[in-house]
Amino acid sequence: MVMPSLKLQDLIEEIRGAKTQAQEREVIQKECAHIRASFRDGDPLLRHRQLAKLLYVHMLGYPAHFGQMECLKLIASPRFSDKRVGYLGAMLLLDERQDAHLLITNSIKNDLSQGVQPVQALALCTLSTVGSAEMCRDLASEVEKLLLQPSSYVRKKAVLTAVHMIRKVPELSNIFLPPCTQLLRERHHGILLGTITLITELCERSPAALKHFRKMVPQLVQILHTLVTSGCSTEHSISGVGDPFLQVQILRLLRILGQNHEESSEAMNDLLAQVATNTDTSRNAGSAVLFETVLTIMDIRSAAGLRVLAVNILGRFLLNSDKNIRYVALTSLLRLVQSDHSAVQRHRPTVVECLQEPDASLSRRALELSLALVNSSNVRAMTQELQSFLEVCPPDLRADCASGILLAAERFAPTKRWHIDTILRVLTMAGTHVRDDAVANLTQLIGGAQELHAYSVRCLYSALAEDISQQPLVQVASWCIGEYGDLLLEGSCEETEPLQVEEEEVLALLERVLQSHLSLPATRGYALTALMKLSTRFRGDNNRIRQVVSIYGSCLDLELQQRAVEYNALFRKYDHMRAAILEKMPLVERSSPQAEEQPEEEGRGASPTPTEPKASELLNLLDLLDDSSGGAQHPAPQSPSPGDAVGCLPAMPGAPPPLAPIPDLRVFERQGLRLTLSFERPSGVPALLLITATATNSSGSDVTHFVCQAAVPKSFQLQLQAPSGDTLPAQGSLPITQLLRVLNPTKAPLRLKLRLTYNHFGQSVQEVFEVNNLPAETWQ
Amino acid sequence: MMRFMLLFSRQGKLRLQKWYLATSDKERKKMVRELMQVVLARKPKMCSFLEWRDLKVVYKRYASLYFCCAIEGQDNELITLELIHRYVELLDKYFGSVCELDIIFNFEKAYFILDEFLMGGDVQDTSKKSVLKAIEQADLLQEVGVGRG
Repeated sequence: MVMPSLKLQDLIEEIRGAKTQAQEREVIQKECAHIRASFRDGDPLLRHRQLAKLLYVHMLGYPAHFGQMECLKLIASPRFSDKRVGYLGAMLLLDERQDAHLLITNSIKNDLSQGVQPVQALALCTLSTVGSAEMCRDLASEVEKLLLQPSSYVRKKAVLTAVHMIRKVPELSNIFLPPCTQLLRERHHGILLGTITLITELCERSPAALKHFRKMVPQLVQILHTLVTSGCSTEHSISGVGDPFLQVQILRLLRILGQNHEESSEAMNDLLAQVATNTDTSRNAGSAVLFETVLTIMDIRSAAGLRVLAVNILGRFLLNSDKNIRYVALTSLLRLVQSDHSAVQRHRPTVVECLQEPDASLSRRALELSLALVNSSNVRAMTQELQSFLEVCPPDLRADCASGILLAAERFAPTKRWHIDTILRVLTMAGTHVRDDAVANLTQLIGGAQELHAYSVRCLYSALAEDISQQPLVQVASWCIGEYGDLLLEGSCEETEPLQVEEEEVLALLERVLQSHLSLPATRGYALTALMKLSTRFRGDNNRIRQVVSIYGSCLDLELQQRAVEYNALFRKYDHMRAAILEKMPLVERSSPQAEEQPEEEGRGASPTPTEPKASELLNLLDLLDDSSGGAQHPAPQSPSPGDAVGCLPAMPGAPPPLAPIPDLRVFERQGLRLTLSFERPSGVPALLLITATATNSSGSDVTHFVCQAAVPKSFQLQLQAPSGDTLPAQGSLPITQLLRVLNPTKAPLRLKLRLTYNHFGQSVQEVFEVNNLPAETWQ
Repeated sequence: MMRFMLLFSRQGKLRLQKWYLATSDKERKKMVRELMQVVLARKPKMCSFLEWRDLKVVYKRYASLYFCCAIEGQDNELITLELIHRYVELLDKYFGSVCELDIIFNFEKAYFILDEFLMGGDVQDTSKKSVLKAIEQADLLQEVGVGRG
């Protein structure tokens, strides 16, 4: 028995009655078979019903492409019921990608020129929904004709179809621009609305059109004025606001016309002020108009007073009980915070309150805006607010909040101590969410603030003792304890509460970090190195440290194992060098690319990178003066050292007279790259020699990644400070300078070996040489 | 310009989809699925606006149906809320106290009403009366059955 075809209503009922997906599919497949058969040889009078069923099924997600041709047939039918469903089907099933849709062009053409108004309406609607560029070109003149039709019903639809055509084929503006002048005089709101939309599209696409329509600003102002003052009871009003849709559209057009145009902006100034002050915003419709007004004011060349008014309106919006209005206010203020910073600043307290919003999309906006409002005068207060927010904010905002606070702190920190405290607090609260460079930044900051070393190490020690889970914090704390462990033991520091710490406690804490399963491999590296450094900072015997180091010599983690083995070697074979190698680290220049190489060969401080290459580098430099005095002093790599390894030398009583200037010495030249040394013996410090190495480039190719390293005999002490840069532009006048401090307490003859590495003419170059002809004045 | 409008139930069943920008069927299905997920995950107290892909989405729930519009960056969210509300009012007037079942069983009518209110993504008539009159006339014409003047 063949199941009879269902009526649409019945089909829908049956589909809804299906208990499972499979059952639904069965019903639909059965019905689709009927529909197919009916399309083939069924009653043409019922075709529109079959298509309707198919469209329903399509909405549920089932394939319906076999209905496309039926749409064409229905559209071509003389019956209105056929056309209605046929056009609907065309809009749902046909799109530009199918060839079939071009076939409806002819039917549309016929319907546009010969159909009754409802039929013309269907054709126009379909054209404006799925009309391709080709169809638009073909039918543009038909639509143009309809713009002159007596029926306003058809005219309003024709205008909006023209809008679509302009979007698809901008060249059609030739056809649709001229009628605009006449259309703008229409009184029918629908036509007016469509016309404004059309003019907006034309202006957005063509500067010539923009210029042309600027002449209509007074007319537009008049139309808007009438709307604003027309009062409540017309059929186009919503909540007492005269046709808000039309008002918003006009305001948007005025925005485009007034942008960057003094004259037009002036012409609309008064009206904008009027709308801004008179619109009733008790309901959403009024707020929508006011919002558009604010956007327009901010975008055109409006008077300063008007701009402030606009920002204040947004500020009022922030206090509105309606969330949606608060949302648009926050978004708009964010757009304005750069251009009108001080005006927006006035609303800072309200913005900060919005951080408490339970709605995540609002609190996110509030966070962005708050961060943008931080400046040097409010940084302390704002950071406080943001930190309170960080404690309670939703997890997806944590990272942004933490990074934002750190960035703001970096830009506006009033004091170094405040800066350190802030970073510390952020790391404690949201350590896992901060960016990778936070650790490097903090160590850099602490390293550079010599007066705060004691303070920092105490704070970090206390924080670490409480919680060893926040990895960035643990890493920084370990590093700090390693570097300044001696300061930790000293007992008193005026800035913190007195803290009595024993050596054993500190070692135990670092061991805990080392052993904890919460610690990342990099963290354990930090801890191990810190322990090692403490062997020179602490006074006790180093048995405990030696034990730990030797245990980790067989650790499964390759990185840790390597470090442990090397530290072990330091204890055994190179004990005499241990103190020098584990000296306080010089400050790493953050901005220079050398910082990436982390030249802590000395102490393997903060770098988690594999130590293999560094080890060989270490040996290479040590080898430099092998021939001279067997075992050379390891040179400190670039950068000024806060923890002064050289130590302060007492001024000699009766300072000797200043020495005559020592002549410069050119020590190296190759393909236009030249290195010159200039010398200075500061009076009062006879053992000190200051060498300034100056590199210049007179060639036609840039020199990049320029690094200069130096080595001196064992009895000397050498410090290289950070070079001024590492790039020498071609034929540049800007040299690289680097200061070398050489201490020669024994007044031994100076010998200097230099190692240069750089890229020049596309090749990497390494040069090692000893400096000859050093003037005797440099060491006598 | 409005890119598309969707009506769907709390269970994620699509009741109406109107696309104003040419998009492939496959892409449409993907976007609908994705957006439905995002909107249905929103809590009741949250605001009606969200950012999705490179568009702004304005949505409002009326009884068991979500009305969802995707608009472009420079479009006004607040007026879009008014637009959605106007459409609901039109449906309400036409069906007499509309509910989801009306939209399910008379989906073509829902489309016809929408097509009298919006065209190409823009509002074509701001008078409720005028729109409803046009539908009425078209319905009459359907009864009579003649298509050409």
